[in-house]
This record gives sequence, C-alpha cells and structure tokens, in this order.
Amino acid sequence: MKSNYSKRKYVIISIFLVIGLVYLLRLFYIQVIEDKYILSAQNNVIRKETIYPSRGLILDRNGKVMVANHVVYDILITPNQVGRMDTLRFCNLLDITKVQFIELYKKARKYSPYKASLFVGQLSKEDFAYLQESLHEFPGFFSQKRTLRYYPYPIGALNLGDIGEVNQREIDRDNYYSSGDYIGKNGLERFYEQELRGQKGIEFVMVDVFNRKKGSYKEGKYDTLAHPGKNLFTGLDAELQAYGELLMHNKLGSIVALEPSTGEILALISSPTYDPALLVGRKRGENFNKLLNDSLKPLYNRALMATYPPGSTFKMVNALVALQENAITPDTYFSCQGKSSQPIKCTHNHMTPLSLENGIQQSCNPFFWQTFRNILNNPRYRNSHDAYEAWYNIVKSFGLGEKFNSDLMFESAGNIPSKAYYDKAYNGQWNAMTVRSLAIGQGEILITPIQLANMAAIIANRGFYYPPHLVRAIHTRENLTKSATNKKTVSVDRRHFYPLIEGMEKVAKVGGTASRASMDSIVVCGKTGTVQNPHGRDHSVFIAFAPKDNPKIAIAVIVENAGDYGGTWAAPITSLMMEKYFYREIRRKEKEKQILEADLIPK
Amino acid sequence: MRERKSIFHNLDWYLVGFYLLFVFMGLISIYAAVYNPESPSILDRSQLYGIQFVWIMSSLLLATIILMLDVKIFSSFSYLIYGVSMLMLILVLLFGKVISGSKSWFHIGGASLQPAEFAKFATNLALASFLSNLDNNLKTAKTVFIAGFILLIPTALILLQNDTGSAIVYVSFILVLYREGFSGNFLILGFVTAILFVFTLMVGKYLVLGIIAAITIVLFLITQKARKNLFTLFGLFAVIVAFVFSVDYAFENILQDHQKERIEILLGKKTDLKGAGYNVHQSLIAIGSGGFAGKGFLQGTQTKYKFVPEQSTDFIFCTVGEEWGFLGSSLFVFLYLGFLVRLLYAAERQRSAFSRIYGYGVASILFFHMAVNVGMTIGLAPVIGIPLPFFSYGGSSLWAFTILLFIFIKMDSYRLELL
Repeated sequence: MKSNYSKRKYVIISIFLVIGLVYLLRLFYIQVIEDKYILSAQNNVIRKETIYPSRGLILDRNGKVMVANHVVYDILITPNQVGRMDTLRFCNLLDITKVQFIELYKKARKYSPYKASLFVGQLSKEDFAYLQESLHEFPGFFSQKRTLRYYPYPIGALNLGDIGEVNQREIDRDNYYSSGDYIGKNGLERFYEQELRGQKGIEFVMVDVFNRKKGSYKEGKYDTLAHPGKNLFTGLDAELQAYGELLMHNKLGSIVALEPSTGEILALISSPTYDPALLVGRKRGENFNKLLNDSLKPLYNRALMATYPPGSTFKMVNALVALQENAITPDTYFSCQGKSSQPIKCTHNHMTPLSLENGIQQSCNPFFWQTFRNILNNPRYRNSHDAYEAWYNIVKSFGLGEKFNSDLMFESAGNIPSKAYYDKAYNGQWNAMTVRSLAIGQGEILITPIQLANMAAIIANRGFYYPPHLVRAIHTRENLTKSATNKKTVSVDRRHFYPLIEGMEKVAKVGGTASRASMDSIVVCGKTGTVQNPHGRDHSVFIAFAPKDNPKIAIAVIVENAGDYGGTWAAPITSLMMEKYFYREIRRKEKEKQILEADLIPK
Repeated sequence: MRERKSIFHNLDWYLVGFYLLFVFMGLISIYAAVYNPESPSILDRSQLYGIQFVWIMSSLLLATIILMLDVKIFSSFSYLIYGVSMLMLILVLLFGKVISGSKSWFHIGGASLQPAEFAKFATNLALASFLSNLDNNLKTAKTVFIAGFILLIPTALILLQNDTGSAIVYVSFILVLYREGFSGNFLILGFVTAILFVFTLMVGKYLVLGIIAAITIVLFLITQKARKNLFTLFGLFAVIVAFVFSVDYAFENILQDHQKERIEILLGKKTDLKGAGYNVHQSLIAIGSGGFAGKGFLQGTQTKYKFVPEQSTDFIFCTVGEEWGFLGSSLFVFLYLGFLVRLLYAAERQRSAFSRIYGYGVASILFFHMAVNVGMTIGLAPVIGIPLPFFSYGGSSLWAFTILLFIFIKMDSYRLELL
C-alpha cells in the first residue's frame, strides 16, 4: 500500500518551496534593502589614499630657508587584512620588538579593524628602502609618503614652532584633519597653520585582498590634487637669531631685535632654547616631555611671556609723557641729593641740578621722581587722579599693558595699573607719592621683553610703530600681512623725542650708564635698567636703537639674575648684536669672549 | 522492446535542459570568479575555467555513456555498486591524500578523485533497491534498521575521513524515507530537535526549560486530554529536559572547535570577522553589494580581487550574487526550485518503486546541497564545505552529480517499461 504515501510528495514539495522562499526573502533583504554591504564592499576594494601636500617653507629676511621639508614614510595598517606573515622579520625591518608590535596592532584594531591607521610613522628614506622591497609579503600593511619638517639651522625653535599629530580636540574642531595628520602646535607653525598646510589631495585606488594596487578607481574621476602650502617670508635674520642664541647661552633671559621702520622682528631669543629638530620625528614625544620637565623651562617663551617691572628703561616713557603734557621741558632742571635723596635715592654720582638729557644719561632716580610728580600734579588737571588717567592713556598708546595680536603665539599683556586699580587698592586715597615706584618703572607695572623692544622702536621712529611681527609676507614677497601694514602712532608729538634721544646717545658713550654698549662708527642710543628681583639677584636690562639717525635696529635685552646694573651684561650683549647686524662679523673678540664665557644661570 | 531508436527517445528534456543550463551558468561563474585578464579564453587550460570546461565535456560524455547503458544494470548491480563504493571509502582512509584537513582524496596521476562524492549515487541505488523490495516496510523496525544501516556505513566512513560536510548530506535521505512511509513524526521530531538545539545554544538552557515548563503547565491546565495523559505529558517533558541538558554537553564535548565556532557565528553569539567568520562576512558583502541588478559580468570587485575565499568552489554563489544582483540570484533560486520540482514530478510518474525512490534520492541530495551551500553564503546555514551541484568548480563533484542525475534520467526514459 505504498501509494498511500504519495500525498507526502506535497509535504516534500512544500519543504523545498518554503526553503526557496526563505532564501529569496533573505536575498532580497541583503541585496536590495540593506546597504551596509555596499559600503563594506567599497571599503574592501577602494582605498582612499591621502596625498599630503608639502608644507609651506619659512624663510628669513635674506631668503635663507629656516624651515624646510624632507620626505619620510609612514607605515599604515588595516588590521583585518593582516594575514599570515613572518612577524619577526617584519619587526626587525621596522626595528620594533614583538611586544611593541602586538601593542601597536591592538591600538590600530581598537581604532578600527577595517580602516587604515598609522602603525609606525616617519621612517627615513633609508630605513624605508629595506622595508619597501618586502612590504608586499606583509598583508594589511602599506606605506604612505609624507613630508616632515627639517631645520637647516638649529635656531628659533619657539618662534618657528613645531608640528605634531592632531589630537581628538583638533579633529573635532576642524574636519580637514583625520587621525595621524600633522598640525602646527606652536609658534608660526600654529599661527599660520591654514596657510602652511596647503590642501590635501585624495586618490582612490582599487586594491585586492592582499592590498595590492589594481589601478585607480573610475579612472581617477573622484581624485583631487594636493595643493602645496604657502611659504612664509619672515623678517627674521637667521644669522642674528643664531648669534643672539649663542650670546645667551648659559644665561636666562631674552633678546628682541626689531626693525623700527617696519616692526619686523629681526631676532627673538628666549634662553634657554632648544634645537627645533628635537621635536621632529619619532622621538618627538620623548623629547617634548624632557623639555617640558626641564627646570629651566626651555618651552617657555620668555621674550613674549615673561613680564618684568621695566625698571629704569621706563623712565623714557615717563619723560615723554611729561614733555607731551608740558609737565617738564627739555630745559627743566631738577636737583639730586645722591644717596640721601627722598623719597627715592639716586644710585649714581653725578652733577646736580641736571636736565632731562643728563637725567637719562645718569638714570637719575630723583630727577624722574620729580618728573613723575609733575605729571600727576599737573595744573592742567583737576586733581592727580585725572592727571594719572592722562598718563595712563599715553602709556597705553605705546602698546604697553596689552597684547600686540600680530602673529605671536602666547603673548602676555603685561600690566599698566589703571586708575580704578589704585582707587580700589587705596580706597580712593592715593597720590603721586603713593604710586611713586612708577616713576622708575617699578611697582605694579609689568612689561614683556618684546614690549620693551617695541618701546625702543617707538623712540627710534620718533613716535610710531608697527606691532612687532614675525611674518612680513605670505606666498609672495609682495603679499604683505596685516601686521606689516598696521601702523600705529603714539600720543606723544614727534618733537618731544629729540631731547630724549640726545640723552640716550650719551648713555652709550663713555661716561654713560652703558658705555659698554658703544661702538666706534655707529651712534647707539640706549637706556639701561635694573629690575629688582625679590627672588634673587636683580635682572639686567638694556634697550637701544641704532643708528641715531634713520635707525635700523631696536633691541631689548634682559638677562635674568645678572645682578648689578643693566650696563654690565645686557648692554654689551646689545652692542654685540648690533655689531653683528651692521657688520655681519665681530671684531671686538675680547668683548664677545667675555659674554660667551659668562655663566649666569643661578645654581 | 530491446530495439531502441535512440538514446534520446523519451528523454526528459526539461531535466537535461536544466542540467545543461546549470553547468553553463556554473562555468560562466567560475570564469568570472577567477578571471585572469591575461588568459581571457574560457578554454585556456592553465586557468580553472579551462579545466572546468574539460570536466564539463567529460561529464557530457559520461552522461551519454550512462544513457547508452542497459537500464537494468542499475537495479541489478545496485548492491555491487554500493559495495565497491564503500570499499573505495575504506581504501581512501588507508591510502588517501589529506587535503585541507580531510583524508578524502585519491591522487592518481595529476588528478584528484573524491570517493565520497560517488558514494552518494551508490548509496541512493542501494537504498532504492532495498526499499523497493515489497517485503520491506518502513513501519517495521527491521526495515528501518537495515535502511538506517545502509545510510550509516557511508556516513561513518566519511566522518572518519574528517569530511563532516559530505557526511551530513546523508541526512537528506530522511525525505526519501518519509516519502516511502517512514513515520512523519520523525520528521517533526528532527525539526523540533533542531529548533531546541538552536534555541538552547542561543538563549541558554534555563530560559528554554522555563518556556517548556510553562507550555507543559498551560497544556496541563487547559486541556482535558493532557490531564488524562499525565504520564505521557510529563514523560515528554522529562525527555525534553534531558535533551536540553545534553545539548550543552554535546556542544562543549563532542563537536570540534571549528564546528562549535561556525555554529556560534551563525547564531550570532560570536563575531570573528577575521577568523572563522571571515568567509561568511566576505560572502555576505559580495552578495549584498550586488544590489538589485548586480555589478555586471566580470565587474564583481569582491570576487575578482579575491576577498571571498573558496570563490570557485564552495562560495561560487557569491559570484552570481555580486555580478547579477537580486535579479540573478532570485532567478537562480527559481530555476533550482523548478529543477527540483521537475525531479519530484518525474519521480512520482515512475511505475517502478525503484526508480521513484531513486528519483526522490536525487532530488533530496541536490536540494540538501543547494540549501546548505547557498544558505551558508547568505548566512542562513553554518559553513559546511559542500559544493553547489553543477556550479562549483571540481571534477569529482561534477562527475558524481552528473552520474547521479543521468541514472535517473535514464530510468525515467524507460518509465513505461520498467516495473
């Protein structure tokens, strides 16, 4: 009775059809509805290769390249394409240990098993040459060419800045960047990141399962070209910068040299400094930590960030305010009782009474106290508070107490105390006597070295300045930056500068407080200062410009803990800098040797 | 009667047509899967497609020879053929060559031969011969036992070769047994067992037990009949409990690691896209990225760039899915279903029980192969390395399936004469 079972064929046909239907539905789902597989397929075969543009160069004022590029190779990994391979040989070629290999692999896998990420970065051309031949034996790994910074001269680290891998915050802020990209972290590299970086290009290539290139995707229809970054033309003088760094060796402090007529920074030295090459390449992180933990703080840009009471150098500003406000005239004489002067004693022996010219030459404290008192007790104003306000406004016009906001990273504003500040501090009860320290640049007043240098430039220019800036032009020499055209005039008439400059000329001559700054054929005008340092020996300060007529350079030098007066260390350093700038060589070898051998770092 | 006009007389051209179509589609797919632009000729024997072409030609010769043979040979010598086939399975265990972990290949000259492929039609012949004997009735334990024994011998021998995939194929004969009177309860039992197995592994044994207990209690409370058969009800419950517990044990202790892994990946309990899950993942990407209309002939990037492993053999369906899209793959499913239904139709029209049972065997084996092979490429079945009949690259399997099918086609052409 086997035919009884013939109806069972329907059951069997049903099983066939049900399975068929389930498969059809499944196929419909994965092929028509779900589109993640299309993406995965593209991820499999299409590799997006980033073409990194070469970063813009940074040149000095004479066309010397200060920051250049050289080629390195990154090894990238796509973890889920890594296959059977001779790991030990690979480690040897890359010069890493097996433990490091595993760690790096885990890190990459955590980032993404499908997407390529950096495995080992910045192999030199030579190192890469060995690896390149056998890279195809290591599935999942491929190379990418990129350029790295190279410094022909080991100088200007903090000005030039450095580049490093982008962090997550930077990626979130600007979607131009992706993991492993480089970005300016400090200095010009950071400030001009947009100009320097150029535009990345993208190339789509087809690869097989072994990551071998099989050609471009759709004949390069979606590829974009890389545009190189723009060059920066700075006002820096590489030779002067190098010489300044040399002079400041074994000293703490700053040198800022400006071209007064343009505000271009000729040299910006913060000491101690470091070789910018330390922050390039695979040792970057390690070296950065060393610098960060150095007790002398080489990463701290003293020239821009350190603030000091300007000391006697500030007397010049007070003199200019007094002349402008008619609180004194060039013919006003004040007397000096030397060490018994009240309320501020004099530290020099000189004739008395004396005029502005000699007051500056001798840096006479009683002279400037009386000048300052005249400013605040000026009959022009209802009271000394209003007079102070007038003083304050003129002082601020010198660019003091605020940032220049040119192209300097991490400037300090310094401090010029406002009327409101004293009202609060003294409950409204204060007068010239209360704030007398301001007369000689002490007290609450704080100035950065670059502000000091700019002060010298203003005097050199007889009343105007361009905010000090590093870069004069971008891309072409004619394409000037905003700072280079941002002329500012101070609130002191041009004529008032002349008597002051006469005094400054005497400073740098025999008999002045900075005779050590003198040079034979070029007339130098300067002003010494001593910054009282409650923590140790006083700081030595000197500002100067030269030549007297049509000045080419204005300088401020601060040597911390140098003791004595500004004339001892800061003035000869200034003088040597000027000699270098004007003659390109040093003839006063004895003087140079003395500076080079000095070790003024507090032990 | 002996005087036949031609071997094509009474031939079922539908089945032959399906066969030729599949073999051709298979060749095209292999060509696309391993396409080498430097040897574009489909006849180039340095390429897999060139070799497959030779296999196809020889298969056609083989089919012709089968059609020329006396149809009685198959019924008369069925046990002999079975015996020889089993002997081969034993010999391969002794002298075979190990290829990817399985000792299932004879290496003769330059060619490799896989006896397990040929054991399928031999077993099918023996089973048909046995069940067609009117003395044997699948309602009796003895018949079931002997039929089971016929199936168990090749299964065990192939398992010993460590070729689980080929061994599992013998499960498909349960459909033949069912058609011939084997209790449908076993089919249901098998189905329930499979469901319980999968659920136990997926959601854990305690949850499954909870659900079963709940169902038992509900049955007890709401049906009169259940209360009367208290003993049966709780007996059944006890059996299920025992089974659920044994699943865990079996899974952990009996299955090999790679088998466990494949099942865990299929059930979504584990993802290992680089290891065991890689094949299925890449296969899904290839098929899924085909979209509605496919990427076009030779345009499949996933297969062309070798992302899918075994793309010319076990994963040949990926090429179909990627290059011809949903249109192509659904056409494939329809064609295959049509082929299988035509086989069942032809089997049912046999006057001889032997031919009918053999026909069912052919349909069941081909169905099982298709279901598991395609199922694995679309993530519905575990990765079991069995070929897609007529499509996958490989001489042994193509020859074996050709013999399997054409013996039936031969029988079918004599359907009016055979009794």
